[in-house]
Amino acid sequence: MIETKNINFYYGDFHALKDISMEMQAHTVTALIGPSGCGKSTFLRLFNRMNDLIDGTRLTGECLIEGENIYHKSVQVDELRKKVGMVFQKPNPFPKSIFENVAYGLRVNHIGDKSYITQRVEESLRDAALWDEVKDKLKKSAFELSGGQQQRLCIARALAISPSILLMDEPASALDPISTSKIEELIHSLKKDYTIVIVTHNMQQAARVSDKTGFFMLGELIEYNDTKKMFLNPEKEQTQNYITGRFG
Amino acid sequence: MNRLRKIGERIVEVMLTLSGSITSLAILLIILFLFKEGIGLFNNPEIEKGYVLCLNSSNPVEKLTPYQIKQIFDSEIENWKEAGGTDGEIMLFRFDEIFNMYSDEELGEDYALLPQKLGEVIAQNPDIIAFFPEKYLPEGNRSVKKLPLENIQVQDFFGGKEWLPTATPMAQFGVLPLILGTLWVSLFAILIALPLGLGVAIYLSELANERTRKLLKPTIELLAGIPSVVYGFFGLAVIVPLIQRTGHLPVGETALAGSLILAVMALPTIITLAEDAMRNTPRAMREAGLALGATQWQTIYSVVIPYAASGITAAVVLGIGRAIGETMAVLMVTGNAAVMPHSLFEPVRTIPATIAAELGEAPAGGTHYQALFLLGCILFIITMIISISAEVISKKQINQGL
Amino acid sequence: MNRKTTQKIAFITFRSLGLLVVAILFWILGFIIYNGISVISWEFLTTAPTEGMTAGGIFPAIVGTLCLTLGSLVLSFPLGVMSAIYMSEYAGNARVVKFIRVMTNNLGSIPSIIFGLFGMALFVNTLGFGDSIIAGSFTLGLLALPLVIRTTEEALKAIPDSYRTGSLALGANRLQTIRRVILPMAFPNIITGLILSIGRVSGETAPILFTVAAYFLPKLPHSIFDQVMALPYHLYVIATSGTDIEASRPIAYGTALVLVLIVLLMNLLATTLRRYFGKKVKTN
Repeated sequence: MIETKNINFYYGDFHALKDISMEMQAHTVTALIGPSGCGKSTFLRLFNRMNDLIDGTRLTGECLIEGENIYHKSVQVDELRKKVGMVFQKPNPFPKSIFENVAYGLRVNHIGDKSYITQRVEESLRDAALWDEVKDKLKKSAFELSGGQQQRLCIARALAISPSILLMDEPASALDPISTSKIEELIHSLKKDYTIVIVTHNMQQAARVSDKTGFFMLGELIEYNDTKKMFLNPEKEQTQNYITGRFG
Repeated sequence: MNRLRKIGERIVEVMLTLSGSITSLAILLIILFLFKEGIGLFNNPEIEKGYVLCLNSSNPVEKLTPYQIKQIFDSEIENWKEAGGTDGEIMLFRFDEIFNMYSDEELGEDYALLPQKLGEVIAQNPDIIAFFPEKYLPEGNRSVKKLPLENIQVQDFFGGKEWLPTATPMAQFGVLPLILGTLWVSLFAILIALPLGLGVAIYLSELANERTRKLLKPTIELLAGIPSVVYGFFGLAVIVPLIQRTGHLPVGETALAGSLILAVMALPTIITLAEDAMRNTPRAMREAGLALGATQWQTIYSVVIPYAASGITAAVVLGIGRAIGETMAVLMVTGNAAVMPHSLFEPVRTIPATIAAELGEAPAGGTHYQALFLLGCILFIITMIISISAEVISKKQINQGL
Repeated sequence: MNRKTTQKIAFITFRSLGLLVVAILFWILGFIIYNGISVISWEFLTTAPTEGMTAGGIFPAIVGTLCLTLGSLVLSFPLGVMSAIYMSEYAGNARVVKFIRVMTNNLGSIPSIIFGLFGMALFVNTLGFGDSIIAGSFTLGLLALPLVIRTTEEALKAIPDSYRTGSLALGANRLQTIRRVILPMAFPNIITGLILSIGRVSGETAPILFTVAAYFLPKLPHSIFDQVMALPYHLYVIATSGTDIEASRPIAYGTALVLVLIVLLMNLLATTLRRYFGKKVKTN
């Protein structure tokens, strides 16, 4: 589904990702963990080419999604981003109504007519387990929602354009424990339809939600394994040290 | 020694506190002086101070409106019938004419006999209207009737369509043409500057790379730094002849010339403030838009601009404020005809330009002087409203509504 | 239409608008420089106007503008800096600071012609200074005040709080902290603000129309109660109401160029200072 081959990434002179090769299966949740500044977020943002927005960056290697190199010249970035949804660390709804937030992706991509959009907004909000809480106030500003609700709204917004992959960059780090557990439940239920890659600094979270886990340190992929195996019996000593909290 | 130092420090602190209030004090003083002089206008009689208007007692007319008086002296009304009297051609008599009729000897020493002669003239001419200083009023002459005069009316000032501050005997202080002239020139300037400024702000904040920005920003600052009199001179030397030639107009000094120059002068304000507002849009907002497959331009107009809307509005409002208050450039290029504006291709006159052009010739304390201060009050109130609303708009929290 | 095409068209438009603004600036500057450069000479800068201001130089106007600019700074600089110190270092009450800031912004948004009216009513007539350098300087000083306050406040705010707490922790009181730590550090930026306000004040016309500016006065002032000529007013006069507007055109170009050069020079100076001191702080 997603495959990277010898990825190297530079911010100017800084070598941020070192020779990373990794494969992620469809309909699984892959967690990326590691100390801050290890490159896990940079790696995640490769998959929808979000790093393109930063000046002075350079990339070598290949990144394949469904067998296609997404950094090939012929790839349309906005088409790619339609296929690869993203949820950010902090909830970032637009200054628009709840409905318009979810409809945004459909509108900018000129997908569907009015009835389709209405239907799709409801489906997405249901998938994001938010429908029952907001169905009576779709016209209200998205800012009136609580932080946890806003984050689920952002997930619904990403789901609306029917991506096949969902990238999540520490989606629960700005939320309270109850909202966090709701997001985690949601990740579980979304797995059957989407391929999910999640960056987290919370190891319990990684253990709870993911099938496979990659451990990054100083721009290198130290270990990539089944989550259960990784947390019970890691192969590398550095992983062991990190998981048991000896540094990081 | 130590105590002395303590006292010294205390003094410095008091001075600092006092200087903290300097701007408030300045505004207070400005309001005080502006309004004190300006409001005084309404304590003045309609005609020149110290003068009277007299009719022959046989004339049935008891009262004339300010506008009628003006029409009579402009010879627009020539028969008493039109002013509510009986048939008879109006005879205008201005004070200096007495010196053509009588020699200095006849008028006596210190013009002691002047009132008497004036009385005779009025008595002999039943259709006369005479205008002369009150001190020469022939007391006790029963054939002389003094017209009752009122003070200048507020509604005449704000509703009047003619601004003729030096007309005698009735100066006309109608500010409508000046207010409309100011609004016309400023609003049209903003119509030009807004799309231009917004476009440049978008370019600076969303498209330009760091190097271009570093070049363009000081350029725009420089544009803001050029003195307005230089803009005016440029307008006069380049824009005015250009407009005259391309439009085949009798004069190039038009509202359009003023608007064009003002647009350029308002650009830096609009660009700088709008760009700030757009750059303040959180990175996360932009990324969310792009991550949903929106193109950069879609993200800009559907996310960045709505997010920055209040800042952009404030920028426009301040741009209008700058345009309305601008004096020299407008004074030099708009032709300064105090008439109701009809088209962009005709001369107009704005409030600031009127003050600048006329205050030098208005005797301090006189009616004209006070009228110009009242114009200043109007300008002051307009700019205060603008500056406060810009403050309120830009403070308006983005999450308080859509 | 394809959204890619829309984007392309939009971006090309914005880019050309950016270019257009630069072009306008260069048009104005180019026009003034091109026509003025041949007029400016040592003689032009150092002699008085002659023959009904159609010949000769602009020396009295230069001197007048210099007097007015300096005079206005004598008022606005100390007052403005003190006011900014009060706002940023002293006034504990956030409401008070907010109020002062709103007032300062409001003062800054008042049109310059209003300052002219006010200066005439207060300094010229009520206080009886007559048309004089002191009346003009005070009027211009008030106008420059908001600019000085704003730039000084920004300069003070840019100093990290750690310096304040550091100094206070060593037993210095507030005033000592300001004098020995904060002001020296903020000094370059305060001076930058001062230079920018020089650029602003020297080009103002409306405030001096009725408070000081003389139509034609070839002799230099002897006291602060004398009238003077001033560059911006001189330009206005010879461009619109001189004795022979056509004949004095070259003088107008020259005067406009001198005004523009002052602004350019002040901007350049401010930028250079900012860059120089900015580097110095960084390398420390």
